[in-house]
Amino acid sequence: MLGGGRAVVVSTVSTIVFFGLIAAAFLFAPGSAQVRQEFFNLHDMKVALVGDPSHGVFSVGEAFLRNIEMFLIGEVLILALALLIAVVRQLRGPVFFPLRLVAIAYTDFFRGVPLILVIYTIGFGIPALGLRVVSTQSAEVYGLAALVLSYSAYVSEVYRAGIESVHESQTAAARSLGLSQWQALRFVVLPQAVRRVIPPLLNDFISLQKDTALVAILGTVIEANRAAQIYSSYAFNYSSFVLAALMFLVLTVPLARFTDHLIARDRRRRQAGGGR
Amino acid sequence: MIGAERVGAAAAEPSEAIRLEGVRKAFGGDEVLRGIDLSVATHEVICLIGASGSGKSTMLRCVNLLEPVDGGRILLWGEDITSPAVDVNAVRRQIGIVFQSFNLFPHMSVLRNVTLAPIRVLRMSRREADVRADELLGRFGLADKRDDYPDRLSGGQQQRVAIVRALAMQPRIMLLDEVTSALDPELVAEVLNVIRELAQAGMTMLIATHEMGFARDIASRVCFLDQGVILEQGPPQRIFTEPREERTRRFLQSIIEAGRM
Ligand SMILES: Nc1ncnc2c1ncn2[C@@H]1O[C@H](COP(=O)(O)OP(=O)(O)OP(=O)(O)O)[C@@H](O)[C@H]1O
Ligand SMILES: [Mg+2]
Repeated sequence: MLGGGRAVVVSTVSTIVFFGLIAAAFLFAPGSAQVRQEFFNLHDMKVALVGDPSHGVFSVGEAFLRNIEMFLIGEVLILALALLIAVVRQLRGPVFFPLRLVAIAYTDFFRGVPLILVIYTIGFGIPALGLRVVSTQSAEVYGLAALVLSYSAYVSEVYRAGIESVHESQTAAARSLGLSQWQALRFVVLPQAVRRVIPPLLNDFISLQKDTALVAILGTVIEANRAAQIYSSYAFNYSSFVLAALMFLVLTVPLARFTDHLIARDRRRRQAGGGR
Repeated sequence: MIGAERVGAAAAEPSEAIRLEGVRKAFGGDEVLRGIDLSVATHEVICLIGASGSGKSTMLRCVNLLEPVDGGRILLWGEDITSPAVDVNAVRRQIGIVFQSFNLFPHMSVLRNVTLAPIRVLRMSRREADVRADELLGRFGLADKRDDYPDRLSGGQQQRVAIVRALAMQPRIMLLDEVTSALDPELVAEVLNVIRELAQAGMTMLIATHEMGFARDIASRVCFLDQGVILEQGPPQRIFTEPREERTRRFLQSIIEAGRM
């Protein structure tokens, strides 16, 4: 084994060499100057951030805020709907059989169909139905509905895994005290289950945060007349995309780190607890 | 102490608390209880002894309706609790059960473990439930643990909390399933003392145990379970000194050889 000091030196040197090589490859590649101009142009990023209405340029910053808004609303709806589905799947007894069946069909369907397809189907299908109110919503509403439907299926599975992980002796203890099936679930099983699934739930929300961008597909097609005026088409420059990508990373990377932190802490606790 | 009011009210109670008539229970094709007959009088302390797998836990779980019976019936103060029409939760309110593995709720403080059922099931106000819980915790030497979480307590303390949690529902009967088996030897006494106190207060109890010494001094009657039937029963002095059945004798012999008596 390497001594502590020597290991630090070796890892420092290899890190410098590794990233140095990547930087060199980027800087000395034949198209380097053009790439830097087209993908990392600070001026264009700034224009894209605030937008320039006189040139019909949408603000990436504003769009991003709208994205976060969708993400937050979506998250709340998903957490609630998914919990409902997980609870329904957990109810025992023949009376609940039809409900259980619906919940199972729901999760199977929305976990099996690609999100993009759900977005298209709802976004183009529902307006085409020509219903009052329902068919005249904005692209964001349809997109959000698609995200909620799809993600709830995944998240309900996460909840369910959490519920299953709570030992059945906990339910027995609660029932033996006279609590009903529902009370045992509500006060004893769910609080423990939810605590256990917080790290995997955060993982799902990192994906959700990125997938809200898919809703833009609807926006661009539904509002086709405006699509011609987005900044990249008028200046033919991708800096706005790079900027948007960076902004996503600003949110998702810390969330991912936080998730890792929670998982690690959980593991440490379990080890310290010795399985008690 | 615990049953002061209970002892006073005893005269009005019918003297038979529990009656099992030909109770049968199978898991898959495996017959675990093969016709259990037992009558338990109010204030009686029955100890169930028998080899591992003889059906002691299953019997207790059936009495508490945690397992549905496959045959026979169980009467609680004369009411058939195995009939489909019975209110399961109402039955369980009258019967406290304590398990070998404590089964405290790990996400709640000791106090909340104890008050959950009184608040949610008996619809007691939080304040009243807290007062009663504090009183019980104090009585069993757990007053300073009220705000701790279960994983900070010793096994003996956890088991005493489990007993307090069951008592907080003011049950008329307690079922105890090998409540000291998961404990280190030096923690066994503190839990047994709690049970002794309950017995002295007149609590009707059904206790599955491997602690023969304990059974000998606490039980009003000892039942020896063998392959799903009560093979022999009687006062502890007789069962432990002159068992009639060969199987009982062999079981007690094996216990003595294992150094547990
Ligand atoms: N839920 C269950 N499903 C299947 N079999 C079970 C179940 N519960 C108990 N059994 C079986 O029933 C038999 C009796 O078990 P039980 O727990 O009642 O015995 P016990 O007398 O309490 O034994 P111990 O002294 O080991 O606690 C065992 O063979 C056991 O495997
Ligand atoms: Mg047992």
